[in-house]
Amino acid sequence: MTHAPALAIGDIFATLELPPVTRTQLALYAGASGDHNPIHIDIDFAHAAGEKDVFAQGMFVMAFLGRLLTANAPVTALRAFSTRFLAMTRLGDRLTLTATVAELLEAEGERRMRLDLAVRDQNGEQKLSGAAILALGLQDL
Amino acid sequence: MIDRSFIGHVFDPFTVEVEKGRIRFFARTIGETNPVFTDEVAAHAAGYASLPLPPTQLFCLEMDGPDPFLFFNRLGLDFARLLHGEQSFAHKRVVCAGERLTFTQKVADIYDKKNGALEFVLRETSVDDEAGRRVADLKSTLVIRNG
Repeated sequence: MTHAPALAIGDIFATLELPPVTRTQLALYAGASGDHNPIHIDIDFAHAAGEKDVFAQGMFVMAFLGRLLTANAPVTALRAFSTRFLAMTRLGDRLTLTATVAELLEAEGERRMRLDLAVRDQNGEQKLSGAAILALGLQDL
Repeated sequence: MIDRSFIGHVFDPFTVEVEKGRIRFFARTIGETNPVFTDEVAAHAAGYASLPLPPTQLFCLEMDGPDPFLFFNRLGLDFARLLHGEQSFAHKRVVCAGERLTFTQKVADIYDKKNGALEFVLRETSVDDEAGRRVADLKSTLVIRNG
């Protein structure tokens, strides 16, 4: 049992700045995820659907939020993880991910922290909002 | 309009094997830097039985069933008009490569807003291990743009 550094409500727990979203990433994510929905990888399909271009899978952006969490806490600490998709992420968007301490609580015999999650693009437009519950004081397993 | 008689419908469960290669491919695609997701030596050193599953990959394995798009096709959901509205995971424990997971999908609700211009499908998926114990509950809100 280790003691996590003192965290207070409102503290920034972690941030991540990502390079611009590329077509290659969307194609690789389609393959890696098994989500072959053509709206994200086939510009002809996107045009026929009335879109100007392909756009990122929402779960691709949520996966980046997962990476933000697993870079800063063991995956065994994750109790719950949720997002709302507020706006489409487009090619070239430069995303910044932020996790902010929203609540410190005790549940099921352990200390936990609720994080507010946000993803914004280079113009400050919010793409995702979310929350994660992490158990505190755990090492990897 | 989506047939409301699907509300409450539970699809036949299907079982998926969690494969190391899929975890590595997923981890590399999202730029995961924690080596436990790609290097089994690092995973073992950290105490995992094999590579652990990244937090959102259960959603992906849900599309590894015998007919990946069965849910969408049965409900008549058109990818040209489909958006993902919300997604949540309640994790009971970490899953590692080599496990076999059973997914059970339920149409929890179907409703519309703006006089039917937007329809919403709430899907609830339970994920159980080989012993029948729950490993996670997933909720997906899917949005159909009819406007």
